[in-house]
Amino acid sequence: MAKVPVQFTLNGSEKAEFVESGATLLDVLRDKIGDTSPKAGCRQGTCGSCSVIVDGELRLSCLTLAETCEGASIVTTAGLAEGGVLHPLQRAFMDAFATQCGFCTPGMIMAAKALLDRNPDPSRDEVVEAIAGNICRCTGYEPIIEAVLSAARSNSISAA
Amino acid sequence: MAIRHGRGVAAINYPTGMNLGGDPTQALVHSTPTGNFMVSLSSVDLGQGMKQIMAQICAETIGVPTERVIVDTADTDTGPHCMGTFASRGTHRAGNAVIQAAREARQVMLEVAAEALEVDAGDLETDGTGNIQVKGAPSKSISIFDTALIAHFKLGRSISGRGMFLVPRSYPEAATGAMKPSTCYAHACTVADVEVDDETGEVTVLSVKNVFEIGRALNPKMVEQQLVGGSWMGISHALYETTEPYYPAREHGPTDFNEYLMPGPGDLAKTEVIVLERPAADGPYGAKGPGEMCANPQIPAIANAIFDAVGVRIDTLPITPERILRALKADGAAAHRGR
Repeated sequence: MAKVPVQFTLNGSEKAEFVESGATLLDVLRDKIGDTSPKAGCRQGTCGSCSVIVDGELRLSCLTLAETCEGASIVTTAGLAEGGVLHPLQRAFMDAFATQCGFCTPGMIMAAKALLDRNPDPSRDEVVEAIAGNICRCTGYEPIIEAVLSAARSNSISAA
Repeated sequence: MAIRHGRGVAAINYPTGMNLGGDPTQALVHSTPTGNFMVSLSSVDLGQGMKQIMAQICAETIGVPTERVIVDTADTDTGPHCMGTFASRGTHRAGNAVIQAAREARQVMLEVAAEALEVDAGDLETDGTGNIQVKGAPSKSISIFDTALIAHFKLGRSISGRGMFLVPRSYPEAATGAMKPSTCYAHACTVADVEVDDETGEVTVLSVKNVFEIGRALNPKMVEQQLVGGSWMGISHALYETTEPYYPAREHGPTDFNEYLMPGPGDLAKTEVIVLERPAADGPYGAKGPGEMCANPQIPAIANAIFDAVGVRIDTLPITPERILRALKADGAAAHRGR
């Protein structure tokens, strides 16, 4: 099958790939580029573990065709830490014991980042709604909700 | 037709480990040339924290800080034998094996330090921060770093130890059937409050209050994490999750998360967790297995709460709205016939 050229920015660096027509963004990120932070859970948009941010919007990378991302700016969990310093959300997830097996964690953090980017001071209900498309098997969600609220608090403290 | 409130209570005993032909786990501990300690296991850490707990147990036994211990797990081709991570057995079985291995390694370490300090090994103690010193004379000491170097480069000794823990298989006595399938039990009690809509059969869990007795909590934050997650999982087992909704016919089994239902973050019940610590006689530093146990008492507690709310006993899981409505209908028909 003819391949399609795609160029986009991934976590601030330019990427150019020839992809199979119809290839998902998830497969291109993981198998061609080697960013395995988005996880392949269900591959049908029901678990949220593949979530990434495309041009500021939370997207399920398993349901996003790579060729539709021409010129886009893509952020994954692998791009959050800067110079070895964890992103406040990553730090909050650790401090709140919001991760056990870790499979849902990158998707949860992406969903939380998309929320905090547009709403830095969310209510508990807004956090619940933001992660409602993400399944966690281990934690019972409560520590994850706490972690997102705590990251929002620490952001507002550091911004003040 | 109304929303009816109910409260249910349930208590459980839950065995740590299993009784299938014996339940062994082995461990090896050795020091690197710079005095870090390596724990080799085949037990798998699948997120419950096995590596952290084994590092703590090894560090406590040898007398070094936890960050001086490296845990390597999960290659059953090359590691010491372990039956696996299941049956709430990891901390108890592997922990006991690690203690035995670490004790043997500690003894060699003290013998090497004794030779370097020209004292008797029996007069030595660890200070917990990486040094070995003479009891009562802490100024006469040697670092574990230097002790390991001396063992490796001067004395040609391996600071290492072997550990194994086996709970032998228990067979029932022919006359009475009496047996001892487990050496150690965790306990739990849950009080569940629910609302049941007797028109739709829908159940809302308002709260679960849990008390767990788990031996000693070797890492209290990780224990809490597992208990909170487990309590939620118990609610999920009670009301939502099943791989075989039409068992034994399997053709309608769920194939994905559209059909295999799990509650999301919007369906959380108010959850309370209290930990009771009664150290187990044969547990590593008193620990029992809290893993599977913590997701069990919510199930009968919720079934009892539903009975309290609408007067029907559902004995098939999960307790779906359909099952509740069918039971209510049968119950109503029975009442109509005057029982």
